[in-house]
Amino acid sequence: MITHLLPEFLIERDHKRCIRCKVCLRQCGFDVHYYDSDDDQMLVREQDCVGCQRCAALCPTNALIIKPHPHAYKPNLNWSKDHIRDLTKQAETGSVLITGMGNDKGLPIYWDRLILNASQVTNPSIDPLREPMETRTFLGQKPDKIQVEDGMLKTTLAPQIMVESPILFSALSYGAISYQAIESLAKAATKFGTLFNTGEGGLPIPLRKYGENAIVQCASGRFGVDAEYLNSGVIVEIKIGQGAKPGIGGHLPGGKVTEQVSRTRMIPVGVDALSPAPQHDIYSIEDLSTLIHALKEATNYEKPISVKISAVHNSAAIASGVVRAGADIIALDGIRGGTGAAPKAIRDNVGIPIELALAAVDMRLRQEGIRNKASIIAAGGFRCSADVIKAITLGADAVYLGTAALVAIGCTLCQKCYTGICNWGICTTNPYLSKRINPNIASQRLVNLLQSWSLEIKEMMGGMGVNAIESLRGNRHHLRGVDLHDWELDLLGVRGAGR
Amino acid sequence: MTLRIVPVKRGVAEFNAQNLLSFELNGRVKEAATQGANKIVLNNIFGQRYIGTRLYHQDPLEIEVNGTPGNDLGAFLDGHRIVVNGNAQDGLGNTMNNGEIVVHGRAGDILGMSMRGGEIFVRDSVGYRVGIHMKEYGEKQPVIIIGGTSQDFLGEYMAGGTIILLGQHRGSNITHKMRFIGTGMHGGTIYISGNIKNCHLSEQVTVLNLDKKDHNIIDKYVRKYESYFRVSKNKAMNLDFKKIIPVAKRPYGHLYSH
Repeated sequence: MITHLLPEFLIERDHKRCIRCKVCLRQCGFDVHYYDSDDDQMLVREQDCVGCQRCAALCPTNALIIKPHPHAYKPNLNWSKDHIRDLTKQAETGSVLITGMGNDKGLPIYWDRLILNASQVTNPSIDPLREPMETRTFLGQKPDKIQVEDGMLKTTLAPQIMVESPILFSALSYGAISYQAIESLAKAATKFGTLFNTGEGGLPIPLRKYGENAIVQCASGRFGVDAEYLNSGVIVEIKIGQGAKPGIGGHLPGGKVTEQVSRTRMIPVGVDALSPAPQHDIYSIEDLSTLIHALKEATNYEKPISVKISAVHNSAAIASGVVRAGADIIALDGIRGGTGAAPKAIRDNVGIPIELALAAVDMRLRQEGIRNKASIIAAGGFRCSADVIKAITLGADAVYLGTAALVAIGCTLCQKCYTGICNWGICTTNPYLSKRINPNIASQRLVNLLQSWSLEIKEMMGGMGVNAIESLRGNRHHLRGVDLHDWELDLLGVRGAGR
Repeated sequence: MTLRIVPVKRGVAEFNAQNLLSFELNGRVKEAATQGANKIVLNNIFGQRYIGTRLYHQDPLEIEVNGTPGNDLGAFLDGHRIVVNGNAQDGLGNTMNNGEIVVHGRAGDILGMSMRGGEIFVRDSVGYRVGIHMKEYGEKQPVIIIGGTSQDFLGEYMAGGTIILLGQHRGSNITHKMRFIGTGMHGGTIYISGNIKNCHLSEQVTVLNLDKKDHNIIDKYVRKYESYFRVSKNKAMNLDFKKIIPVAKRPYGHLYSH
């Protein structure tokens, strides 16, 4: 029986412009382009095209246009092209469909329905170009009260990690992304004064020199986790869940486990790196507390311990338990968070938007009087500086950027991360592809991104008459909602615009 | 943290752990190690956790634990030797990297979870999910030797290393009752002496006969077990091993498509 799948993309080649240089052929890891020597022309297998635009970007004569394929079934609002395509594949293979990056299903984006305040007449705005603006942020447990004697702080503080701007790089593990990509993130974090996150793939030895700017993760697979690794970063993060796939683990396919990846993860070459769904030493808040304290012991109580959870229905109650278990930082990852590979059914349907989870967690911890006991890092699809500042206003101490950082170094969101082929050299361990990223140039782009967002944040803060990000944290008076229901306004803790 | 003077005599530091919190106890152990102790004796241990965990970057120590230690004994352990005169609880040798733990008694659940190096000897039996997600890489070959039997899910998700079950109790063979042996196993080896039912093995494993190399490995560790737990030579254990290994390196690869 024929399996017929409509191609996703149409490749238009202007044969007058094409000079048969074969750049497209060499750039495409999916073997879409090929050369027909009889007719001296380039041809395509468009059913294999993923729409990553690499060939079009590198074509020296701009001969290529890649666009959504106009092929269509009879229009049907109930059965989309996607549904038919997925179902057909499953009828053929009998297996779970995998996808990459974050949810693309058009769930409500609350950032777009929240608007910021600005000063007019009754309070002066501040010009960030000529007046100091503070975006520095300290991550870690804050004391209930402090004691000062002779101008000196007498209270012993829990370990605090300073970042120049409340924007960190999210967990992206080596093995899922290329060495060059993780090196770019590490370099950028160091240069700018923020943090990158190893994910659960371990920290390659040559990158340990960036440890002062590293969050090292301890996830259910415990890959590459030993005492030296735990002590090589400044924060240890326990990964319970990920926004793109709450409740499930991960499988790094054996094909991606090359010699270098195997050395870092400390598993043999070619073996699947299976991360179980739960951490098998954590079946309760008490068990979580045990691991938090085991990690504090292993790092001599010198490093804050973060716990990363996906945003789910009872996030507020869970977060309260996590704080009481002794976490110094809670990282909350919403439903739009990215991934290198996740079952499509889960990515698209499980979890809640980060805006709602963040607001609920912040308010719950305040009500319980324990908000100071942990910093909150929000994650899951931050697209611009406005999203970041709104998150701070809803109570986040900082945010994690994953997808946005990858876009800054070339990602075009083709969602094929799970194939091990990435024509932009990001989500692959194939050396021919990964060398397409030059960490010196890519890290500068990341620094530029952090810098421009930070400047924009300062501009917006100045407009509100706020000169320290600390004064904006959880300050919902600066937010208003548009086009939101009462329950949403209530949950977010903001008033409707005009009120 | 203030440094407290810990009495160290001829390299040995001895503590009464009564009424000490885990945090305090482990702090004193670290201080003793810093002050040059090479052997530490902990008396009246009563549920204190993470013994040995804070000793990263210390020279190899011998730690004697008298009493009943709490969870996560030797978690992330990096190269010390811990002898427990008593029973151990859950999480013993959790993500252990190097060293040796010897338990003169029994131990609880998830023993050797994600263990990547070193050796664990347990005189008696152990709880559920022992050796879960153990790994190996190059010279790092973790080994768990259990004198008695285990509960269900032995070697679950196992990715490397060796588990040896002797199936003995006070000099005689005991009947194994554990189920779901090697669920999701994709690396490493389990040797079990005594009868196990096929229906208690997971679909991801297969049973093989032993070859000479296997006998050499087993002999080495059985000899160590006999000497650590003073099993008398004239009461030689009646051992008959089966070897359990995974069928595939990629047990779940076929479940996914693009």
